[in-house]
Amino acid sequence: MTNDHTIHIKTIASIISGLNSREFSSVEVTQYYLNRIQQLDGIYNCYITVNEEFALAQAKASDKQRASGNFPLFCGVPIAHKDIFCTKGVRTSCGSKMLDNFIPPYDATVVEKFYHSGAVVLGKTNMDEFAMGSSNETSFYGSVKNPWDTNTVPGGSSGGSAAAIASHLTPGATGTDTGGSIRQPAALCGITGLKPTYGRVSRWGMIAFASSLDQAGPMARTAEDCALMLNVMAGFDPKDSTSINKSVPDYTLDLSHTVEGLKIGVPKEYFQKGLNPETEKAILEALSQLEKQGASLVSIDLPHTNLAVPAYYVIAPAEASANLSRFDGVRYGHRCENPIDLRDMYMRSRAEGFGDEVKRRILVGTYCLSAGYYDAYYRKAQQVRRLIKQDFVSAFESVDVIMGPTSPTPAFEFGSKSNDPIAMYLEDIFTIATNLAGLPGMSVPCGFVDKKPVGLQIIGNYFEEARMLNVAHQFQCVTGWHQQIPEGVKLSSENEEGVN
Amino acid sequence: MEWETVIGLEVHAQLATKSKIFSGSSTTFGAEPNIQASALDLAMPGTLPTPNEEAFRYAIMFGLAIGAKIAKTSVFERKNYFYPDLPKGYQTTQLEKPIVGSGKIEIELSSGAKKTIRIHHAHLEEDAGKSLHEDFEDMTGVDLNRAGTPLIEIVSEPDISNAEEAIAFAKKLHSIVTSLGICDGEMSQGSMRFDVNISIRRPGEDLGTRTETKNLNSFKFMEDAISMEVERQIYLIEDGEKIIQETRLYNGDTKESRSLRSKEEANDYRYFPCPDLLPVVIEDDYIEKIRKSLPELPDARYHRFIQQYELSAYDASILSSDRAIGQYFETAVKTSGDIKLTVNWILGGLSARLNDANLLINLSPVKAEQLAGMIFRIHDGTISGKMAKQVFDAMWSGDGDADTIIKARGLKQVSDDKAIEVLVNEVLAGNPTQVSEFCKAEETKRSKMLGYFVGQIMKASKGQANPKQVNDILLQKLNGLP
Repeated sequence: MTNDHTIHIKTIASIISGLNSREFSSVEVTQYYLNRIQQLDGIYNCYITVNEEFALAQAKASDKQRASGNFPLFCGVPIAHKDIFCTKGVRTSCGSKMLDNFIPPYDATVVEKFYHSGAVVLGKTNMDEFAMGSSNETSFYGSVKNPWDTNTVPGGSSGGSAAAIASHLTPGATGTDTGGSIRQPAALCGITGLKPTYGRVSRWGMIAFASSLDQAGPMARTAEDCALMLNVMAGFDPKDSTSINKSVPDYTLDLSHTVEGLKIGVPKEYFQKGLNPETEKAILEALSQLEKQGASLVSIDLPHTNLAVPAYYVIAPAEASANLSRFDGVRYGHRCENPIDLRDMYMRSRAEGFGDEVKRRILVGTYCLSAGYYDAYYRKAQQVRRLIKQDFVSAFESVDVIMGPTSPTPAFEFGSKSNDPIAMYLEDIFTIATNLAGLPGMSVPCGFVDKKPVGLQIIGNYFEEARMLNVAHQFQCVTGWHQQIPEGVKLSSENEEGVN
Repeated sequence: MEWETVIGLEVHAQLATKSKIFSGSSTTFGAEPNIQASALDLAMPGTLPTPNEEAFRYAIMFGLAIGAKIAKTSVFERKNYFYPDLPKGYQTTQLEKPIVGSGKIEIELSSGAKKTIRIHHAHLEEDAGKSLHEDFEDMTGVDLNRAGTPLIEIVSEPDISNAEEAIAFAKKLHSIVTSLGICDGEMSQGSMRFDVNISIRRPGEDLGTRTETKNLNSFKFMEDAISMEVERQIYLIEDGEKIIQETRLYNGDTKESRSLRSKEEANDYRYFPCPDLLPVVIEDDYIEKIRKSLPELPDARYHRFIQQYELSAYDASILSSDRAIGQYFETAVKTSGDIKLTVNWILGGLSARLNDANLLINLSPVKAEQLAGMIFRIHDGTISGKMAKQVFDAMWSGDGDADTIIKARGLKQVSDDKAIEVLVNEVLAGNPTQVSEFCKAEETKRSKMLGYFVGQIMKASKGQANPKQVNDILLQKLNGLP
């Protein structure tokens, strides 16, 4: 057993180099994380499923492969998957009672790619039910606690992945982002997360929420780790008609480029009322930091920003209402007891299997698509979507990246917004537009408000993930926000050291 | 009082692609339940559709065959409703932007008159699975083998005025899709299904309220269902009642129809573009390539048959209607040596046997080459028509080619003039009474009497004498008598 009790603070990049230099084995790293999960996840509730036996078997196999001398980059590196990705033979719940018993007979493409790259899967992370939520409070498996303050939410829907990274229960995890579900929890948990361009990462095997908006991406402690993970995840998949057949660059290659001469667009609309003044201060400081590094700030307009949330809350529920129709109790998933007839089976299975927020969105989506309302809602929302996309296309004619806050406030307390859907929906006010436009966006830690992390959002042009990662990495080279560790996490590890 | 019937058809034709429209599963009919249902066909979460190019090619072939415009951009939409045999809870289909635009089809009626039926559009969609209500006590079984089979739905304008036109139209469509090879046309397996929209009105009035009778899978059922529905509507209106817009089901076995659901009970399908499938853009080159490789269509074949083989319009229309029959005919006629006999045998003896055995011509136990071999032997006088029937039966039972059978059974016809003359002389000598009666009889009665002698001669020859030669020699002899 390794005597290294600092493995949990290591990034993916340093775990890879530690494995390469035989400082520790994959079995040691994996066991180390499994122990931490066992000790700490009772507090944070980051994982829905942990499969120790499977993870250790993978670790053992990867150590063997490594010894053979011919091994892929992530060989033996532990990661976690959001429980929205189908994993062959391992329960995939999507945070819902509906799929509590669902064991897929196939792997998502993202999962498959990580297997091929040698990664070890620690488990499946908690999430808002069917990725519908911004606080992780809608999970059937209970809410995830924010490691920075366990009275507050970790954000959502990829809250389990974000909190697991922040509490050092995994060095990296996959997430999905439909309206901010990677970036907002990354911001609230003080980690780095990236939503790629729509079509960059395959959606095959990723349980659909809103198909035209869903996109998988990496979540980790640093931009460099995200680049490493994106190298694994990105690429065309013939099984996903919406994935784009475009060559994938090595996202680590541009990391060390200077940001000198970089033109950063700063949208006026992202600094208006609703934005916490302390958050605003942290963002402005981050921007001036980048200015110091040679970038220039350009004030820009994204005039249709205020229409993004309403348009999103028509399009996403509309798609979801159809995507979730397959959960009918007929072939898999939850089926009510003793149905008296078909209608009863449908109604009770779905009433029992889905939580409130999911039902709310199915109702909204069904309404928006109904005869007589389609033109007023769905068609109109699609028109707005085009306007929003056009805003960005125009903006990118004069700037390289766009920056602003990821989330209007830092982590909020449990229950504070869960009875006010509109307040909750406004959590994603700065992230939703990029999904509607199909653009890549990421969140990078850039400060603290009341000891709670603040995230800087970086929005790139289509397929410019490499540039965003470069900017984020350069920022992380001169700042230490991403290296901060929550108190509880530190204490726990010290206790652990004491026990050992 | 006069009533005018207005009919429009919606025809579902299963496309004969090897795999399904959005998954790699096989589309073969008749497999064990759910053997051909992949994770995607089961609508497992996270699965995504990928369109089958072959289905598009077939749809474009159909569009070109009816002179329709092919849409540059076509869009799949989701049609939402819950049913156990619809695994995703929506059917992927096309609505606003179908692949095939408006076209037309010409039909010919029994009077010889021709009529053009306009096609509103044709679109691609996926078939549903099947609910099995038998065999499961108090339960319903679901077989998803058919789920995702590509369909083309062909929607006509309401240009059809009666059952005869509807049948002619349906048969013409059948003939076109089978000639193109895009549908196997097996109605009994549900490869083609017809929905009939019917309304009646007094001449000159606006369209009446229509009903839709769904899922008719035989021409006969369709004919019966239309007649019955028209009668029902006339009866109701003349009785002072109103027609309710509804969907009806017709049971061909009991010859009854019933209401399935009224317009008020109809689903709001909440169509919207499927976000998992991008709009499909089809380039002109692609369409042109298909146009150039289009197989011969029934109308062209009909005209060619008349010209090339000098067939009657009637024979040509039957032989050209189906690609398989046309091919059979053309293969046979190549070596049979006798066009007329070939046509008669295909439309007569062969068709009757195929009908009895419920077989399509491409599965006929007697191959075109075999039939041709037999006809050749009739044509060259080796066997008589009567012997041919024996030979045909033997070929049908798998006894081999005509020549083999003729040889094995000693069926050779006697075509030697001298030998026949001997027989004729014997029979005439043996029937002096009949001969003298024949000589006295009037011309008009003679032909009937001739039959008697022919029969006797054939009998004497054990059926092997060439009947034509018997006739000729007999007449010669009788006419030579005083």
